[in-house]
Amino acid sequence: MWRWLHPYAKGQASYQLLGRWLPWLTGSALLVLAVGLVWGLLFAPPDYQQGDSYRIIFIHVPSAMLSMGTYTGMAIAALVALVWQIRTAEWSIAAMAPVGAVLTFISLITGAAWGKPMWGTWWEWDARMTSQLILLFLYLGVLALYHAFNDSRTGAKAASILALVGVVNIPIIHFSVYWWNSLHQGATITKFAKPSMPPDMYIPLFVCIFGFMLMTAAFITQRLRHEILRQELHRPWVQQVLLNSPVKEQ
Amino acid sequence: MAFASFAEFIAMGGYGFYVWLSYGATALALLALVWHGRAASRQLQQAALQQAQRQQRLARRQQQQQQLEGSNQP
Repeated sequence: MWRWLHPYAKGQASYQLLGRWLPWLTGSALLVLAVGLVWGLLFAPPDYQQGDSYRIIFIHVPSAMLSMGTYTGMAIAALVALVWQIRTAEWSIAAMAPVGAVLTFISLITGAAWGKPMWGTWWEWDARMTSQLILLFLYLGVLALYHAFNDSRTGAKAASILALVGVVNIPIIHFSVYWWNSLHQGATITKFAKPSMPPDMYIPLFVCIFGFMLMTAAFITQRLRHEILRQELHRPWVQQVLLNSPVKEQ
Repeated sequence: MAFASFAEFIAMGGYGFYVWLSYGATALALLALVWHGRAASRQLQQAALQQAQRQQRLARRQQQQQQLEGSNQP
């Protein structure tokens, strides 16, 4: 059943498949993000309580969601890497960690810039913010461990274990606003109920979330391609790719 | 359109500093990620070039060695 997947455990097949996806992902990410952000910044109505400051939501919520989604994906890759020893899964940890770290950083900084005018403080050591900060440190820890060893397989194994242990933080972030008293509001959009926003606001928000998904996928794809080349640098096919097309490869 | 003029858009109802701080920081962080990817790809190309040159050097040396050995044995 999983036979078709086997060639992609090898570097070259994955590299070529990801190369076919990359331009589509990049193009659609730019397009969808442009639509969502212009819609959110220019056309969505101001909030009746928060005025125009709420427009930060169009990057805050997508980056926060994707920071947790990327971590979950990284933890799944770590499990695959530990159980089945698939090299591509190990490398995707190195591809996902920096992207996730940047998304987490964006969610923290936009949260601070939103908190100052609305709550009167840039930062508060409450559950939601602290657990999100821990997520940033987890990403940086995974990245540091991955690159800390001369033998890349040892590094990948160590990083995988940290990524798996750290996954306990994901439900803590998600439920922190319900389990503890927090300055942070509860979820505006959930799977089970109608969003507590009018469509004028939540449609551009959904567009932005989708755009961030595509952008995250594009970044991870690009970085996984680099990691494949880096790991297989001594192989003839990599030499061919890198030396014959200096302009095409980016 | 939620704003009557460009100045109003920049002011963001008095929250301009916070809104543009968020969007600016986001843009900078994403640009840093893009730049880092570019730098990584340049490094890869350089590494590949060095490796190819090393292989060429080795091949040349081997050839010279063979020629030397050939001339020593009449």
